[in-house]
Amino acid sequence: MTFVEDRAVISGVGQSQIGRRIGRTGIDLALEAAERAVAHAGLTFDDIDGVASYPGPVAAEAGFVGATTHDVRDAFGIRTTWHVSGVETSGQIGTLLDAAAAVASGRATHVLCFRSVWEATAQAAGRAAALTTKMSRASGHSEFRMPFGAASPANWIGMYAQRYMHEFGLTREQIGKLVINSRTNAARNPNAIYRDPMTMEDYLNARMVSWPFGLFDCDVPADGATAIIVSRREATAGLAKPPISIEAAGAALYERHTWDQRSDLTTMASHDCTAAMWETTRFTPGDVDFATLYDGFSYLTTQWIEAFGFAEHGKVGQFLDDEENYRLDGRLPINPHGGQLSAGRLHGYGFLHEACVQLWREAGDRQIAKDLELAAVGVGGGPEAGCMLVRLAD
Amino acid sequence: MAQAEGRMLPEVTPDSRAFWTGGFDGELRINRCQACRQWIHPPVGACWKCRSRDVAPEVASGRGTVAAYTINHHPWFPAFPPPYVVALVELEEQPGLRLTTCLVDVDIDAVEVGMPVEVVFDIQDDVALPFFKAVAA
Repeated sequence: MTFVEDRAVISGVGQSQIGRRIGRTGIDLALEAAERAVAHAGLTFDDIDGVASYPGPVAAEAGFVGATTHDVRDAFGIRTTWHVSGVETSGQIGTLLDAAAAVASGRATHVLCFRSVWEATAQAAGRAAALTTKMSRASGHSEFRMPFGAASPANWIGMYAQRYMHEFGLTREQIGKLVINSRTNAARNPNAIYRDPMTMEDYLNARMVSWPFGLFDCDVPADGATAIIVSRREATAGLAKPPISIEAAGAALYERHTWDQRSDLTTMASHDCTAAMWETTRFTPGDVDFATLYDGFSYLTTQWIEAFGFAEHGKVGQFLDDEENYRLDGRLPINPHGGQLSAGRLHGYGFLHEACVQLWREAGDRQIAKDLELAAVGVGGGPEAGCMLVRLAD
Repeated sequence: MAQAEGRMLPEVTPDSRAFWTGGFDGELRINRCQACRQWIHPPVGACWKCRSRDVAPEVASGRGTVAAYTINHHPWFPAFPPPYVVALVELEEQPGLRLTTCLVDVDIDAVEVGMPVEVVFDIQDDVALPFFKAVAA
């Protein structure tokens, strides 16, 4: 635990209504999530003096930027001593890690951190149309992909998955077991988008998107917002919840920020940030009770499993063969809420939300039965990655 | 027309002009560090390995192997009717020097890691796109 993590804690969380094409704006959803998180912590908006969000006002597909930091500050008249947003950061939780540093260093006391999306509603007219009309020429990192028909992260990440499968023999069936496990968990989550059971036949026969990814390897665009309150530890006395400690965090990126030049195509930035994180904590992978691991595409979760050290490099297929490793009542339950694959693309924040809800034992029908103390949270894919260990001790 | 025939063309920058226009002369031009001889892609005016600013485009062989691929089945662009193969091609000049590209004139079922390929330029408007096709090993 470093200087920052010793002082910064999570004091409350909240989520808005979540669904497909629910017809509400991203700002509306962000405000609802914020209200719920502030109340959950036992705070009022008068206590909030910091606001942080991802990604901020960037050009993107419709609904990707549900609300900016200023949208929420201004709507509630929040008097901030510190605020930030950013997209050039360590995964979608990067600015939340900045918020931890802000409260630790005294720039703020209680920071409202949020991520809001309304992609399902905003893109009802069709994703392909959104892609091909958003800019006339491909620029920035898109410059070297779009001209070759490599339009989607399904293509870029699909190539990583293909190379890993080639190197280590990972199969679609093994990945499918993880996808099906998330769907099984989602059946217990009333807020999940997809809750009907899925069979291996369903998984394998789904429409192919970009081999090896079929439809069920890709997460589902959703409408919804998540808010998380990061507080200075000494300011949480007497609040509604026992604070969740940020035991350790990782934000490292050791290679260029590209989708095609990483030296080892069977690893990702997830491996950099977890390596840096483990250097700052007395805990080890064997101490982790459960994990919430990014699954914008199914393969990304397998990368996080290896990056955190829950399976040896090259051996995630064998890890997945034994469901006892990761099912809800197993040794290391993974994505008890159903992940983004089944519970919707709340884009990173949903994983930290679920980790906190489980630690506070507020997860209802999907509550992990065993005692819980330490959760691993991995967020992002490709060159985007940030991770945390969060802990609730007796 | 910037968005020619249902595809998205690249925005040509001072850094990338050599890469996108070399094909008009039949040349695949890749940035190379003049100090340590490291090849660099995407093109930028510094060497990420030795940090020299003495970087200039040089002509690469245009030959490489498939490092990874995906068979795309979704119709993202009218000019790319599915299925088609998006690949990372590792150029023979240097391990890890890769282009994201699209394979053309290829038997989709025969694509595999390590497959030898060579560049074939597709001229669109003001750019020559470096696609790759299979060659005999």
